[in-house]
Amino acid sequence: MGKVDRALLRDVGAVALAAGVVGVSFGALAVAAGMPVWMAGLMSVVVFAGGSQFVAVGMVASGGSPVAAVLAGLLLNARHLPFGLVVADVLGRKWPMKLLGAHLMVDESVAFALAQRDPERRRAAYWLCGGLLFVGWNVGVVAGGWIGKTVGNPESLGLDAAFPACMLALLLPSLLPPKKEEAAEGAGPRATKARKVAVVGALIALAATPLLPAGLPVLLSILAVGVALR
Amino acid sequence: MTLLPILVLALGTYGFRVAGPLLSERLRLSARVQDLMSLATIAMLAALVATSTLVAQGGFAGGARAVGVLVGAVLAWRQAPFIAVVVVAAATAAGLRLMGVP
Repeated sequence: MGKVDRALLRDVGAVALAAGVVGVSFGALAVAAGMPVWMAGLMSVVVFAGGSQFVAVGMVASGGSPVAAVLAGLLLNARHLPFGLVVADVLGRKWPMKLLGAHLMVDESVAFALAQRDPERRRAAYWLCGGLLFVGWNVGVVAGGWIGKTVGNPESLGLDAAFPACMLALLLPSLLPPKKEEAAEGAGPRATKARKVAVVGALIALAATPLLPAGLPVLLSILAVGVALR
Repeated sequence: MTLLPILVLALGTYGFRVAGPLLSERLRLSARVQDLMSLATIAMLAALVATSTLVAQGGFAGGARAVGVLVGAVLAWRQAPFIAVVVVAAATAAGLRLMGVP
C-alpha cells in the first residue's frame, strides 16, 4: 500500500462511514420490500453498487418485473466500463489483483484515485477507499436489515432520505463552478454543461414517472445528453 | 426479488467493471465519447436523486423526505463532510415525521 497519510485516511474514512449509513438504509429498505436479511447482505457483497441495488429492489417492490429490474441496474452500472479504462493503471499488472481490484470499482474509489497525482498515492487511495467502502457498505446493509426487521418502518428513522442525500453530495462537485485555483482546462464550461444535463435528466425522469414502469424513467434520463450535443 | 436476478445483476456488473482494465491496453475511447459517457452518468445520477427524493410507489413521497434531502443538499453545497450530510438528512426527515409531516 504505502503512501497513506492521515488526511487521506480521514477523508476515505468519512466516505466509508457515509456508505455504511446509506447501507443501513438499503438494508432496511430491502427488508421492508420483503427480502430476507441474508439475501440483502449477499446482494451487497456480490453486486456492490448501491445505486443499482436501490433501483432493482425498488422496481421489484413497486411491482416491476425482475428482468426490467436487472436491465435497469445493469444500465446504471454500465458507467463502470469507462471507469475501468480510467483507473486501469491502479490495478497493476498481476491478474489476481486486477480481478479483485475491479470489484472494488465504485464511484467513490474512482473519484478518490483520480484526485491523486502521484501514481503511488493513486493506487493507495483506490485500494483504501474501495476496501473500506466494501466493509462499510456490507456491514451497514446487514445492520440495516436487522434494524428494518426490528423497527419495521425504516421511514420512521428517515433512512429513505439518506440515499438521495448521499448521491447528491457525490454528484455536486461535478456540477458546481470550479474554484479559482482549479479554473484551468475548461472546467467552467464543463460544469455548466453538466448542470444543464443534470437538470434536464432529472426533469425527464420526473415527467416520465407517472407514465412508465419504475426504473425506466432513470434510464430515459440519458436522453438529457442531447442538450450537450449542440 | 429472488436469487437469480441478483446473481445476473452481479455478474453483469462485474463484467462492466473488469472489461475496462482488460480492454485498456488495446482500446482508446476518444475524448468526446468519454465526455458523453460521463455526462450520461451525471444525467442518470441526477435522475436517481430526483426520483428517489420525490417519488415513492409511483406517487409523491411526502414533504419529510424532500425537506431532509434539501437540508442535506445545503450541507453538501457548504462542503460539510459526507457523513454529516447523510446523517442530518435522515435526522431531519425523521424529526419532521415525528412532528406529523408525512
